[in-house]
Amino acid sequence: MIKFFLMVNKQGQTRLSKYYEHVEINKRTLLETEVIKSCLSRSSEQCSFIEYKDFKLIYRQYAALFIVVGVNDTENEMAIYEFIHNFVEVLDDYFSRVIMFNLDKVHIILDEMVLNGCIVETNRARILAPLLILDKMSDS
Amino acid sequence: MPAVSKGDGMRGLAVFISDIRNCKSKEAEIKRINKELANIRSKFKGDKALDGYSKKKYVCKLLFIFLLGHDIDFGHMEAVNLLSSNKYTEKQIGYLFISVLVNSNSELIRLINNAIKNDLASRNPTFMCLALHCIANVGSREMGEAFAADIPRILVAGDSMDSVKQSAALCLLRLYKASPDLVPMGEWTARVVHLLNDQHMGVVTAAVSLITCLCKKNPDDFKTCVSLAVSRLSRIVSSASTDLQDYTYYFVPAPWLSVKLLRLLQCYPPPEDAAVKGRLVECLETVLNKAQEPPKSKKVQHSNAKNAILFETISLIIHYDSEPNLLVRACNQLGQFLQHRETNLRYLALESMCTLASSEFSHEAVKTHIDTVINALKTERDVSVRQRAADLLYAMCDRSNAKQIVSEMLRYLETADYAIREEIVLKVAILAEKYAVDYSWYVDTILNLIRIAGDYVSEEVWYRVLQIVTNRDDVQGYAAKTVFEALQAPACHENMVKVGGYILGEFGNLIAGDPRSSPPVQFSLLHSKFHLCSVATRALLLSTYIKFINLFPETKATIQGVLRAGSQLRNADVELQQRAVEYLTLSSATVLEEMPPFPERESSILAKLKRKKGPGAGSALDDSRRDPSSHDINGGVEPTPSTVSTPSPSADLLGLRAAPPPAAPPAPSGAGNLLVDVFSDSPATQPGLGPSPEEAFLSELEPPAPESPMALLADPAPAADPGPEDIGPPIPEADELLNKFVCRNNGVLFENQLLQIGVKSEFRQNLGRMYLFYGNKTSVQFQNFSPTVVHPGDLQTHLAVQTKRVASQVDGGAQVQQVLNIECLRDFLTPPLLSVRFRYGGAPQSLTLKLPVTINKFFQPTEMAAQDFFQRWKQLSLPQQEAQKIFKANHPMDAEVTKAKLLGFGSALLDNVDPNPENFVGAGIIQTKALQVGCLLRLEPNAQAQMYRLTLRTSKEPVSRHLCELLAQQF
Repeated sequence: MIKFFLMVNKQGQTRLSKYYEHVEINKRTLLETEVIKSCLSRSSEQCSFIEYKDFKLIYRQYAALFIVVGVNDTENEMAIYEFIHNFVEVLDDYFSRVIMFNLDKVHIILDEMVLNGCIVETNRARILAPLLILDKMSDS
Repeated sequence: MPAVSKGDGMRGLAVFISDIRNCKSKEAEIKRINKELANIRSKFKGDKALDGYSKKKYVCKLLFIFLLGHDIDFGHMEAVNLLSSNKYTEKQIGYLFISVLVNSNSELIRLINNAIKNDLASRNPTFMCLALHCIANVGSREMGEAFAADIPRILVAGDSMDSVKQSAALCLLRLYKASPDLVPMGEWTARVVHLLNDQHMGVVTAAVSLITCLCKKNPDDFKTCVSLAVSRLSRIVSSASTDLQDYTYYFVPAPWLSVKLLRLLQCYPPPEDAAVKGRLVECLETVLNKAQEPPKSKKVQHSNAKNAILFETISLIIHYDSEPNLLVRACNQLGQFLQHRETNLRYLALESMCTLASSEFSHEAVKTHIDTVINALKTERDVSVRQRAADLLYAMCDRSNAKQIVSEMLRYLETADYAIREEIVLKVAILAEKYAVDYSWYVDTILNLIRIAGDYVSEEVWYRVLQIVTNRDDVQGYAAKTVFEALQAPACHENMVKVGGYILGEFGNLIAGDPRSSPPVQFSLLHSKFHLCSVATRALLLSTYIKFINLFPETKATIQGVLRAGSQLRNADVELQQRAVEYLTLSSATVLEEMPPFPERESSILAKLKRKKGPGAGSALDDSRRDPSSHDINGGVEPTPSTVSTPSPSADLLGLRAAPPPAAPPAPSGAGNLLVDVFSDSPATQPGLGPSPEEAFLSELEPPAPESPMALLADPAPAADPGPEDIGPPIPEADELLNKFVCRNNGVLFENQLLQIGVKSEFRQNLGRMYLFYGNKTSVQFQNFSPTVVHPGDLQTHLAVQTKRVASQVDGGAQVQQVLNIECLRDFLTPPLLSVRFRYGGAPQSLTLKLPVTINKFFQPTEMAAQDFFQRWKQLSLPQQEAQKIFKANHPMDAEVTKAKLLGFGSALLDNVDPNPENFVGAGIIQTKALQVGCLLRLEPNAQAQMYRLTLRTSKEPVSRHLCELLAQQF
């Protein structure tokens, strides 16, 4: 099961965080700081899976942005690793520019793909369907 | 000023975000946020009613502020209001805010539930999905109570849209995980399983997660999902990549769904239905084949997705652990990955291989990769990969490669990361002990450990080396020499000083003959470390010194000088001061000196006997209780009053010898006599039974009755010499439990409130295989669970027992299986011991049992005619080849039961051999690697006296006696 999904930039600022297990607000900040620290300290020669406390972190770096997924041991590391890429490609598809201005939509996309810790949809067209409805409504 | 992207135009929000992005410092950011919060607060409190758009905008800002890590304590009500909006965008922001920010005990929950109810009933799929997402995200009990009944209905309703079904499936999963009692199983469960057949892959993806969770709790209700999952998987795996259109990811058909299906199958054992199983094996083979095919795309995404499926397939193969062919193929595949240039793959391959190593089918295949793994340990740049390599080496270690693996781990330890040193130290210590063939190697290894990573060597580790050295006299001299050399290093770890101090104090005399390590040299070497050590170590060294005074009188003056020094006698530390003072006094007194020879006097035992003949036998008995030395002589058994008070001459003799009374209740002499009469027509000789009852009684005891003292000694022996494992004595019931298995191969060996141990075993020739099933009867996980088999005494040379390691954790209610391969090398008398240790709720538990392996398990029945039987019977007529026992029936005498027991014992039953049809006659051969022992047996029941006479003749004296002893317990 996926425990959390984080997008953090190199400066350590959280851009998006989604928790699928309840974590206290103050503990979230602490966790995010530690998580990004452990990702930043790694070189490209190291593997993308980090054992962290009782779960695993799986991360990918896209320019200055890190996407980090915390999972328990029932997940397939490689599948999650590639799932991150799938997510990024969906974002790429939809957004032509900085996603910071559309965080709500990133949330919608993530919600379409992951629901309470499980991968629920991987088909690009279907992930974007609700957003396209949304856009159509506001255009008209 | 950033342009607003496509979609809605919340300009104020864009400006705000842009401002935040432009903030140069954290302080500036906080200032800007506080300004915005004040603005929003005043807007919410203002008199003017806000329209939906503004509400949405402000709630969105709050959400953004929250996501930047600032707490938000208002705005909830406005968000709830947005839920009832008819505009999707407003509703969506409302739900998002609530999912992220509202915790389950909020007072608003009733209002929220109301809005959700309306949306669920709206029949607008987009609204329904939003509502379902919200339930899935919040998942509180109140929500569960309000909606648990509706969601299964929505999930299986024929007219639900695909996207609604997806959301409903995961929503139900959340509720089921949070409060299973709210989600009763019902008619819908069967229909949920059939969602695996849904034509829409997204629905299947969502449903698999739900089913996986449900079938873990109710495996039987969801059994049918196995065949459905297999057929779905098979359709995906064998389809051309273009068939699944949108669910194909870089030419890999539905990778995430495949992974999930493979996970689901890991909830169940291999399918029983041959057709289903065949189809599944075909799938697994296809995946393995595809890994060898040239990639359809050069893109890394393609190979990653393919490998995700491959790793999950291998997990399933390992989970089944029943297809040797697939296991070996999996191992070869992983072997290729071990040298792949992608670190991720190397990491995962090492991790998977670790589990493969514990399968008996692939253990050997894993071992072939040892060089690659060792290389990984040396060259990997990533600590987590190195750690996996170390884990794998540990898992693949067995007797054949232990030396190589241990030495590599030791070498690695010199450069290992601090984070994992302690773990490596423990692993090395465990492997060294477990696979030590010669103990000098073990001692070397542990001393190296201390030298290389002294700080990480915990007390348990160096205590253990002391225990082992103390218990094995063949290694003591070597240990003394080795520590002596190790201590000569200019800087050595304090743990080394401790071990060295202890070992030289105990066994320094073994190397004292060499002038280079004469007693004064040993002492000055140790004492040169003294001042650098902590109090605990110094205390230990002081004890070593007093031992030196005792061992080597020539060091006495020097050491007394040291003890007398002001720095010791007036040491600030109480413990050191006390030791110095007491040891100094002891050393000057004669307490430590050897006992002078005793003057020739009357034997104290004789004297006691004389006293006993005097006025009161009772007081003599008291004496024997008070006098501790008599216990030693008697092997810990107190003389029974009957022996002591019998006034007959034979009893006197007994008293003189101070021989223990037999442990097995000997037949009362009168009864023995009776039996001799009854069987007087028997052709068998009775070497053990003499003419008169008194003598008969005596002659049974005279050669210190082999079977009984042996049985007595069998228990304390392992305690005195526990071999490589430090184990306690067997539990008192161990013998009784063992007896249950003499004529049986399967059953429950042991059971208490925590643990049940079941046994299944089969034996052929001199080989056997035993399955031990450890069941955790509690609901709490056992930790550090380690069952080990120990050979007391020199049993190792008689019986080889190979054990497989088991998982160190046993979940509550779970059962783990351990396989033992047994080979009988020579005949043996005592069974091996099974020591089970684990931690239950933090408390260490340990238990020692006798492993139900007795010599008769290696019986091979032999059929023969009456004539042959008598001929052989006569050939084995030397008195020492025969063992006989006459004993009272403990169970009802039933011929059929007796027959079954004899067959279970392993011998063939020969009909028409004994002239008396009531009697039983059997024959067999005990198969050991070194020799074969032919056995003939005869059991004569006497229903009237409720007694049996059992006669065994074999070509080997101890075997006769032992078999007789074992079998006699059964009737």
